[in-house]
Amino acid sequence: MSIIEQVHQRFRGGLALPKHKELTRGKPILEAPIPPELIIPLRQHVGESAAVTVHVGQYVRRGEQIGRATDFLSAAVHASSSGRIIAIEDRVTPHPSGRKEPCVVIATDGEDASQGLPPWPNFHSLEHSTLRNRLRQCGVVGLGGAAFPTAAKLTYSPRRSIHTLILNAVECEPYLTCDESLLLERPQEILNGLEIMRHILQVPTAVIAIGENMSASLASLKEAIDAFSSQHVRIVVVPSLYPAGSEHQLVQMITGQEVPSGGLPSDLGVVTQNVATAAAVYRAVILGEPLTSRVVTITGQGITQPHNLRVRIGTPIQYLLDFCGGAVGSNHLVIMGGPMMGFALPNVASPVVKATNCLLMPGADELPGRGAAQPCIRCGFCVDACPVGLLPQQLYWHARANDLEAVQEHHLFDCIECGCCATVCPSQIPLVQYYRQAKREVAVHEQRREQATLARERYEHRLTRLGQQADTNLSQLTRLAASALDSPGDDFDFSADELQTAEITVKQAAIQAALDRVQAKKQATLSSPANDGNDGESS
Amino acid sequence: MKLSIASAPFIRPTMQVSWVMRQVLLALVPAILINTLFFGPGVILNILLACLVAVSCEAIALKLRDRPIVATLNDSSALLAGVLLGLAMPPLSPWWLTALGAAFALIVAKHLYGGLGYNPFNPAMAGYAALLTSFPSLMKQWPTPGAELPGVGDTLHHFIFGRLMDNRLIDLISSATVLDHTKSQLALHYTWSELSGETLYGMLGGAGWQWVALAYLAGGLYLLAVRIIDWRIPTTVLAALATLALFFHLVDSDHYPGPIFHLFSGAAMIGAFFIATDPVSAATTPKGRLIYGASIGILIYLIRTFGGYPDGVAFAVLILNAAVPVIDRHTQPRVYGHDRN
Repeated sequence: MSIIEQVHQRFRGGLALPKHKELTRGKPILEAPIPPELIIPLRQHVGESAAVTVHVGQYVRRGEQIGRATDFLSAAVHASSSGRIIAIEDRVTPHPSGRKEPCVVIATDGEDASQGLPPWPNFHSLEHSTLRNRLRQCGVVGLGGAAFPTAAKLTYSPRRSIHTLILNAVECEPYLTCDESLLLERPQEILNGLEIMRHILQVPTAVIAIGENMSASLASLKEAIDAFSSQHVRIVVVPSLYPAGSEHQLVQMITGQEVPSGGLPSDLGVVTQNVATAAAVYRAVILGEPLTSRVVTITGQGITQPHNLRVRIGTPIQYLLDFCGGAVGSNHLVIMGGPMMGFALPNVASPVVKATNCLLMPGADELPGRGAAQPCIRCGFCVDACPVGLLPQQLYWHARANDLEAVQEHHLFDCIECGCCATVCPSQIPLVQYYRQAKREVAVHEQRREQATLARERYEHRLTRLGQQADTNLSQLTRLAASALDSPGDDFDFSADELQTAEITVKQAAIQAALDRVQAKKQATLSSPANDGNDGESS
Repeated sequence: MKLSIASAPFIRPTMQVSWVMRQVLLALVPAILINTLFFGPGVILNILLACLVAVSCEAIALKLRDRPIVATLNDSSALLAGVLLGLAMPPLSPWWLTALGAAFALIVAKHLYGGLGYNPFNPAMAGYAALLTSFPSLMKQWPTPGAELPGVGDTLHHFIFGRLMDNRLIDLISSATVLDHTKSQLALHYTWSELSGETLYGMLGGAGWQWVALAYLAGGLYLLAVRIIDWRIPTTVLAALATLALFFHLVDSDHYPGPIFHLFSGAAMIGAFFIATDPVSAATTPKGRLIYGASIGILIYLIRTFGGYPDGVAFAVLILNAAVPVIDRHTQPRVYGHDRN
């Protein structure tokens, strides 16, 4: 039995964007071939990098761990096919700056020998912590794009009970159909994964949120739910409005509540997970398969054959583009993610990672890009479009003036960077870029301020310490004097005046000695540039 | 493969500044035609000259400020300021008056403040107000609607030399506007019911003027339909004006004309849909726009009824332009995840 409901509340703003999903919609998920070389970054998730557990020359099978999770916010990484490790080195990763990060490089042997973990079909009898550990071991992270370790997201504190689990099947970004294709082809896997997560969180019912334009997926889901005979799932149809799939907006539509600024949905007792993540959870627990592949939408008029492909993590993007027939014409823009929140890839030698949901190659006139920015005319189109309720034009104004206080007063950090404002801006101002830059500047500024506070505290401590030292010296002298006075027969005799003078002299001497030490230290630091000047308060 | 780099979002805006400005120009076409029909060829002459001066001044200012000239002129904002000022000018004006207004609008009100997007005051209204305060008598000469229209010859002669052909007096074909007339007559203790029977008055507002107002209304509704302007400003301007007019009319219908007359006379409609909605100088927050519009409506009524000028649109808008930073600051919308206060 399934209940289909409408949303509780709509979110403000948002855009009805052209979807462009027809290029890959309804196309079967094809298996991408094994590339000759797999480049697997050790950090593909939010949090700490995995620690490498293999060495060059070692033979690995598909599913074998090559990097282990180092702490709570970390996830393991695995070989996605069998072969020999030929390098562990920094390679270009899919990042807007094209930066290099540590990667394990495997020369595949084409055998695709595999090694998994024991399957656990009866997960209901298992402890929650055992299941979470399995997810961490299997390297499961959020596949909606954020790559937040799933085990961490399914951890709840006893103070904060979770009452709603939302499965995000909205996929509101234009062009993307990777989640939709999974919903069409593997609804059982998704529902099983959802059931596992529901079990871990001990939530009575799970809500599946799906876009109102996704009728085929909806039908497929309904059928699967009926076959599954689950009493614990309801479906909510959300409006086909961007960014309906954004976590905060989704929570608002389904619960009628807003995630507090700076907080998490779990503050409201809500956890959201993506459909592809649910399928990965199913594979990890019930089949014992670590996360070694994902579905990627390869689309746009700039690619010869758009597809939804199941791709091994680590497959070089160039290899995938070639598999899809290569580029059409001379357009060479490759966007990872959708057109609203994705980024232009600086290098197609970089591999597919867990967060890669889409590779978009627009045709020559498909996404013509913004022209030169004109002055803001304060039309307020951005205010109407902002799903958060910000005043984007005011934020822009203050960001441009580098007024870090004013941008924070205008709630810069509540911006979700959805891109609605820039999409409606008649002056074609790259607004989101300004906000990202301002966020960075504020972060740098905060860091500097913290450093300054630290330095001041150290200085104050040092002064106190010097004072204490002086006191110690003084008390020693007094003791000495007292013992002299106490010893009859000795020739020492001090008047009160003499004692006081001695006191002052000793104190001054102590301070002078301290100052001398500092001076010496300073000179030593200056004269040897190799010395990093690392305080030296140890004297 | 060489890759190009751009930043998200990759979807190009559908509306661009130049498109927005041209849509506003398009929405003004009916009003230009109707205006010419009732007030003669001087309307076209004023618009052409104001546009010429506005665009030239913008080009010179851009040149002096070392900014791109062609690309900026292409946004059509100078053209729009010219058309609006041309429409506001009395159709029988000497050329230098209109030229002075347009130059003031573009150079002082727009470019001395930094050009498009940076001007706190609506340039066309600043130019108009400068003329109104400097040359009040010249700014009052409007052809009498319904009477003999000035011909092309007279218009051109007056345009160039500042007087009609054969040294005829301009009073032969011009008179005070209906708002001006109403104000002065009411001050002389005529009653509204006596006045409204005169030929200067039409069914809705001033004769002739009411049709012009309807043309602005039509253009304004078009702008609302294509979502270039927000409903909040025009609605509140007109609602506040009408509410005050209705209140005073109900209290004393002999001395205070009703709301329909106020809405369809003078510059109420062009003000509500084309002047107050100028994005650069208007409030931008949703709540702020309500306050901004309503305040303009109230000021229009107060100036018309109790102030020193027959119409108050230009001053009302300029005064509220000055208040915009304060209004915007105190009407920030509630942000997602923040408490109501």
